[in-house]
Amino acid sequence: MKIMNRRKFLKKAILFIPAVGVLRRLVGDAHGKATAEGYDPANHLYGMGIDIDKCIGCGLCIDACKNENNVPKEPFFCRTWVERYVIKKDGSVVVESIETGKEKGRQKTNEADILRSFFVPKLCNQCENPPCVQVCPVGATFATEDGVVLVDSKRCIGCRYCIQACPYGARYLHPETRTADKCTFCYHRIVKGLLPACVEVCPTQARIFGDLKSMASRLVRFKRTKRIHVLKPHLNTEPKVYYASLDGEVR
Amino acid sequence: MSEELTQKLSELLREVTGFIYPNEVEIHWSILIVVYPYITGLVAGAFILASLVQVFNVREVQPTYRLSLLTALAFLLIAPLPLLLHLGHPERAYEIFLTPQLGSAMAVFGFVYLWYLMAVLLLEIWFEYRQNLVVWSRQEKPPMSWLHAALSLFSRDISERAVEFDHKAIRVITVIGIPSAFLLHGYVGFIFGSVKANPWWSSVLMPVVFLMSAIVSGIALVIFLYMVLTPLRGAQIDMKCLDKIASYLFYAVIVDFTLEGLDFIHRLYESEESIKILSTLVTDKLFISLWVIQILLGMLIPLAIMVAVKSLKFNDELRKLFYFVSVIMIQLGIFATRWNVVIGGQLFSKSFRGLTIYKMDVAGVEGLIVALGLLILPFIVLAILLKILPPWEATEAREGAVR
Ligand code: SF4
Ligand code: SF4
Repeated sequence: MKIMNRRKFLKKAILFIPAVGVLRRLVGDAHGKATAEGYDPANHLYGMGIDIDKCIGCGLCIDACKNENNVPKEPFFCRTWVERYVIKKDGSVVVESIETGKEKGRQKTNEADILRSFFVPKLCNQCENPPCVQVCPVGATFATEDGVVLVDSKRCIGCRYCIQACPYGARYLHPETRTADKCTFCYHRIVKGLLPACVEVCPTQARIFGDLKSMASRLVRFKRTKRIHVLKPHLNTEPKVYYASLDGEVR
Repeated sequence: MSEELTQKLSELLREVTGFIYPNEVEIHWSILIVVYPYITGLVAGAFILASLVQVFNVREVQPTYRLSLLTALAFLLIAPLPLLLHLGHPERAYEIFLTPQLGSAMAVFGFVYLWYLMAVLLLEIWFEYRQNLVVWSRQEKPPMSWLHAALSLFSRDISERAVEFDHKAIRVITVIGIPSAFLLHGYVGFIFGSVKANPWWSSVLMPVVFLMSAIVSGIALVIFLYMVLTPLRGAQIDMKCLDKIASYLFYAVIVDFTLEGLDFIHRLYESEESIKILSTLVTDKLFISLWVIQILLGMLIPLAIMVAVKSLKFNDELRKLFYFVSVIMIQLGIFATRWNVVIGGQLFSKSFRGLTIYKMDVAGVEGLIVALGLLILPFIVLAILLKILPPWEATEAREGAVR
């Protein structure tokens, strides 16, 4: 409800300040994205929460993402993936991606040896301080005002520097377009007020999407009530994907 | 295309050890990106050798001055090719000039490259050859005379004052050229050294190590060319010159070795999070290319040979043989250095939990054949340059005058 009101308010505000509206539109066009009528990126900042305790490793998010975003079906091209951790009593750790794990043939661990095990969904962290944007020689990778890092596939020259620079392995080269690709938080959906495909499909609500600028968003509540952590904080990329119950073994 | 790729990746996946992120199965920077820093290194090294003659007035090295310049040019002309071929969209490469994102180390490539090519190398070569070009164009028959006249930009003045001006210009260009050469290759090191996501690359020493190894490879290449070309045209190898350059090479290898040793010890001592996976990397995946080729064959044995040459009094023939063998081994070693940086840096997962492998294609754009072609191409360009701008006559005439 609140969100609806905000949007109506925004619509009016922008109608009253046509000059600003035109400017915004121009910026929107420059980025080549169709946004909903009256959408103002300046009023949003998107992030995602991941509740590790809730993830059951079903992999529906991976399929949903691949369908939504024309990601190649093979498990070597991922905008999002899910890692399965098995920590054994002797301290050793077995990790695999549930997709490539299928391909490779899963190693079975004797249940008696398991200390704990859990799943960790991964995706682009939409870093506040993104190294991928820094290294792109032509500015094809850029950060939007509402906090999403995007690749302009019409401009990308396919040098793959960004793939090297991302500490999280979140990027791949799309074999058809020959350009860099990665999670966009389903930008085409969220600007229309929809949820990213992975979030919508998750049966346990392990993925929480929201607007950090709106105090009423689920994400802000998630950040308030959980002990959260981000991946590789020492690299100072300032991720906007927040994990609850993150295990120290996860990198 | 896609199916082929999928098949290849499925095969690779089976050889992955430990855990890697799914997007890491594909090695993104291939053999072409090994060739690229190797070639720019040769450019920088050859140019720096040439500059020694100009700036420090090292007379002995004079016979290789023009050869070094032309070598640098030949390799510089080919240097962007491996980069271009490797792009997913080579036809968009001009975007680097039109809409550069100046925060990116790679975007600066275009500018550093053009600056170096236009403002340094071409200018220096032009001033160096101008007098000859004018003379040649007068003495020769068409079409060579036309070509040389055109190359001299139809200048005709070879009065003493004009030639004196040429020499002054060369000195100024060299003074600008040395830092530019440092920039050209140091910056290539920076492309890797500034990637904080990758602990194998991320190091402040990277540009310096790149530069030193560039100097080593450039000098070794000029020695090689000098030793091959001189007998081919029926002339005598100037042993004073050879000894002098070889001793430069010797010192350069020592500095290079020290720097790399420092880098190694530093990593070992700091023993960061990545140390385990990097140890596996160097003792397993890179064992041959790092310990055997880069360090043993590319550094230690050539160093031992040169120490022997310096301390024992070998005759000319034996010295030549030793030098020749050393420069080839050094060249191999530097190529392995580039390989270990570029490919080595992609063989381990950024999760630090596993290793992947690189299987070089043979055919295909990013394959062995293309890479070899790119390594041979500069020599063909050089052969053409040597035909158009013969480097020898003037040197020998000048030498004669000195004597
Ligand atoms: S996670 Fe990687 S791709 Fe995503 S914004 Fe950060 S550095 Fe860029
Ligand atoms: S691959 Fe494309 S998006 Fe990535 S750095 Fe190169 S040009 Fe930029």
